[in-house]
Amino acid sequence: MRYNALQILRQGLTGHKGWKPAWRKADPKPEYDIIIVGGGGHGLATAHYLAKTFKHHKVAVLEKGWIGGGNVGRNTTIIRSNYMLHENEGFYEFSLKLWENQERELNYNSMVSQRGIINLYHSDPQRDAYVRRGNAMALNGADPVLLDQAALRKMCPFLNFDNARFPIKGGLMQPRGGTVRHDAVAWGYARSADQQGVDIIENCEVTGFIINDGICSGVETSRGQIKASKIGVAVAGSSSRVMSMAGMRLPMESHVLQAFVSEGLKPLIPGVITYGAGHFYVSQSDKGGLVFGGDIDGYNSYAQRGNLPVVEDVCEGGVSLMPMIGKARLLRMWGGIMDMSMDGSPIIDKTHIDGLYFNGGWCYGGFKATPASGYCFAQLIATDMPHETAKHYRMDRFSRGLMIDEKGQGAQPNLH
Amino acid sequence: MIINHPLLGPRDASEFVYLGDASLMNRPNPKSETAAEDFHAYMYLRDNPPGEHRELWFHEQGDRSWLIVTRNTLTHEITKVELARSSKGLIT
Ligand SMILES: Cc1cc2nc3c(=O)[nH]c(=O)nc-3n(C[C@H](O)[C@H](O)[C@H](O)COP(=O)(O)OP(=O)(O)OC[C@H]3O[C@@H](n4cnc5c(N)ncnc54)[C@H](O)[C@@H]3O)c2cc1C
Repeated sequence: MRYNALQILRQGLTGHKGWKPAWRKADPKPEYDIIIVGGGGHGLATAHYLAKTFKHHKVAVLEKGWIGGGNVGRNTTIIRSNYMLHENEGFYEFSLKLWENQERELNYNSMVSQRGIINLYHSDPQRDAYVRRGNAMALNGADPVLLDQAALRKMCPFLNFDNARFPIKGGLMQPRGGTVRHDAVAWGYARSADQQGVDIIENCEVTGFIINDGICSGVETSRGQIKASKIGVAVAGSSSRVMSMAGMRLPMESHVLQAFVSEGLKPLIPGVITYGAGHFYVSQSDKGGLVFGGDIDGYNSYAQRGNLPVVEDVCEGGVSLMPMIGKARLLRMWGGIMDMSMDGSPIIDKTHIDGLYFNGGWCYGGFKATPASGYCFAQLIATDMPHETAKHYRMDRFSRGLMIDEKGQGAQPNLH
Repeated sequence: MIINHPLLGPRDASEFVYLGDASLMNRPNPKSETAAEDFHAYMYLRDNPPGEHRELWFHEQGDRSWLIVTRNTLTHEITKVELARSSKGLIT
């Protein structure tokens, strides 16, 4: 069923009884051409592009819980392409371009909202660093705008400009950045993949790989054995756990990141704002809640919930940036498990096992990557050739000294 | 999380800085023939297990000792705390 205005009218007149489920509840078949492990944003986007762009229709997505229950449904929904290193910026700009056309491509309202993102600077050296980053963005076709204090005051008069310790001097803005309705991204890709014949199999946990003589030919699951000649793994925070079943150790630690939503407030924050002196980022949802977050908790965790010191730290950051939110009440908070890599950048690559492909290491920034990650992973699986913008995301870059470390922190995942 | 420091008693985890898997104490032998691979694995690869994890915490806001904390990464429950310097031999 295509979604359009006429359909809404027709359904409205017939009591909304004709809407169909957006995707089938598929049962596993014994064999597929391609299996994708993980029904998060990346796995579902991969299935969509495999079917649509690379014409593979005998594809299954295996999800251990329900689709959208992982990080794709837990993030703070920010999209942007304001990276500095060329290995990253081309990829994220490709992703932002795919976001700009996503709703049309999927015939699904994922509420892509290019409301702009502003990274604040608080000193001259920080401004210079942002100028440099803005130039790197421009080289890759992105849209940096440097705001001085006067311009910023007009847009966000409520910021704590005259803070004695961290005065706000201006910001680096990307007008094309913004937010997207995260659940709708999972549902939209699922619906589109399903319509093109992909089986989306929920409650189906992969418990092992069938590997003989260095060739992977299928998976063991909680719903039986399933064969395929190519298997792509995109399980985000569970990456080490799943790949250990193929005997691999990854350059990764799993960490918990928390997110927060306040009670609903009147429209207040025009886009996305990130604090340059502490780790705090905020936007306002269409329902009025302030959606915000900060640092990861900083210790290995698979618990999907964090601890109070980080809650305090995030709230301090928020209140020092915009003191007026001090009286707003926190409505809810939750955590998600991040696949923190050793250089803060992802991996989209073949493994040393034939037929087994890996996508992971997205840290706390993989939501914005969803369309490009799906496209590039689909291309790699379908053609065995990396996409031009993802060719640096190799598994072996650590042994070859080709790290992609935006922050220059070294092999310490909790600092990225 | 409360870390039960062997010398100072129960302390809030926010007094500590987290380094990572306690196997980081096992520096490979630089003279070994496989030193390049060994250092790559030591520096970049991790077991990252769900469940029991032995890990290094530094008491930065306290006595500046290194501790080996055994903690469950699924529940955050801490079951054992030792001083790193008194751990006998290598960690496996
Ligand atoms: C609090 C928070 C805030 C964030 N904010 C942002 C942000 O503002 N901007 C941004 O770009 N990114 C953000 N991120 C990061 C982003 O959400 C993730 O990087 C991204 O969603 C990961 O890819 P995914 O959607 O495929 O992951 P997931 O949705 O986690 O998908 C992985 C799936 O694999 C499944 N799985 C695991 N093991 C198995 C198995 N054995 N068998 C079958 N299935 C399995 C899981 O159940 C899960 O559904 C944030 C993350 C969190 C937690």
